[in-house]
Amino acid sequence: MPKFVELWVYLSATPLFGLTATLVTYVLAHTLYLRLNQAPWANPVLWSVSTIAAVLLITGVPYPTYFSGAQFIHFLLGPAVVALGWPLWQRRSELRQRWGRLLVASLTGGAAASGSAVALGWALDLPTDVVLSLAPKSVTAPVAMGIAEKIGGIPALSAVFAVLTGLVGALSGKYLFTALRLPHSAEGWTARGFALGTAAHGIGAARALQVNADAGAYAGLALGLQVVFASLLMPLLFQLLV
Amino acid sequence: MQGLRGLAWLLGLQSAGELLARGLSLPFPGPVVGMVLLLAALQWAPVREPVAACAEFLLSHLSLLFVPVGVGVMTHLALVSQYGGRMLAVIVLSTWIGLAVTALVLFRRDAAVNPDDDAKVR
Repeated sequence: MPKFVELWVYLSATPLFGLTATLVTYVLAHTLYLRLNQAPWANPVLWSVSTIAAVLLITGVPYPTYFSGAQFIHFLLGPAVVALGWPLWQRRSELRQRWGRLLVASLTGGAAASGSAVALGWALDLPTDVVLSLAPKSVTAPVAMGIAEKIGGIPALSAVFAVLTGLVGALSGKYLFTALRLPHSAEGWTARGFALGTAAHGIGAARALQVNADAGAYAGLALGLQVVFASLLMPLLFQLLV
Repeated sequence: MQGLRGLAWLLGLQSAGELLARGLSLPFPGPVVGMVLLLAALQWAPVREPVAACAEFLLSHLSLLFVPVGVGVMTHLALVSQYGGRMLAVIVLSTWIGLAVTALVLFRRDAAVNPDDDAKVR
């Protein structure tokens, strides 16, 4: 038994552990998600994050040790944001026709998500740095961290809020859209996908991609627009207000 | 090989984006500038095929990439235990508001401006 403890201490301190744990847990969670017919509550990010966090807390492995391995996966967020250009390019002629309407939806939706988060945060008496960390939460995590830094929030907290926001969108979007009576037509899928990309960034977009190809492409577009608008407008707005 | 070539393009464009963003002190993060550069580069056929292979692989596993950051929730347990309920309420409500506003703005406007499209779908 002491032998096992020694081995665990050794393995858990190497970058190999964080990388392997992330990949293996996600692959298992994703298999389960497919088995359960992609039920929203079986979301693979939700279960991977809670399983890994629980294991780390129980075994006492600190987060930086885990991240030294997991950073190799985290790093791919950069090229993934660049890669969002591909689905946009594929639908360029369609986008050219609807450009104006999509811009209006992106701006109003993004402003509604961020504005309501800040207003509710203030109304519920959360500390100022927490409220400021809530502002960029509907933008994809790496960009949200950058914005939080500029407006006086806590970058690491913003990233967590962004992931939670994505999960809320992926988990409950389906029911909300049904309640809003959006049809399962091409137009309906477009609106669903675009809303998920706007308010629930990459995790919402991943969910949209799994459900419908059109919804997925519009989610990718929405998330790209949100990144551009938020990184341009949010620091400016906070400079004016604060 | 196509996938690797595609990754090389994506990383190259991201680096160019980082350089431009820092050099010109643009308000956008480097990868976003890289995405705009990619849109321009895709006009060129030799870029298209490798980038398509790599981009489709990366984007189909997009949600995996959020796991490492998500696990970071464990470093904020003090904050979570103090404000957890309120923070969750804010996140859930504001996400619903964002989703509903975006979907309704896009859908209503489409139906109003493009009645033909609606008819075609039915």
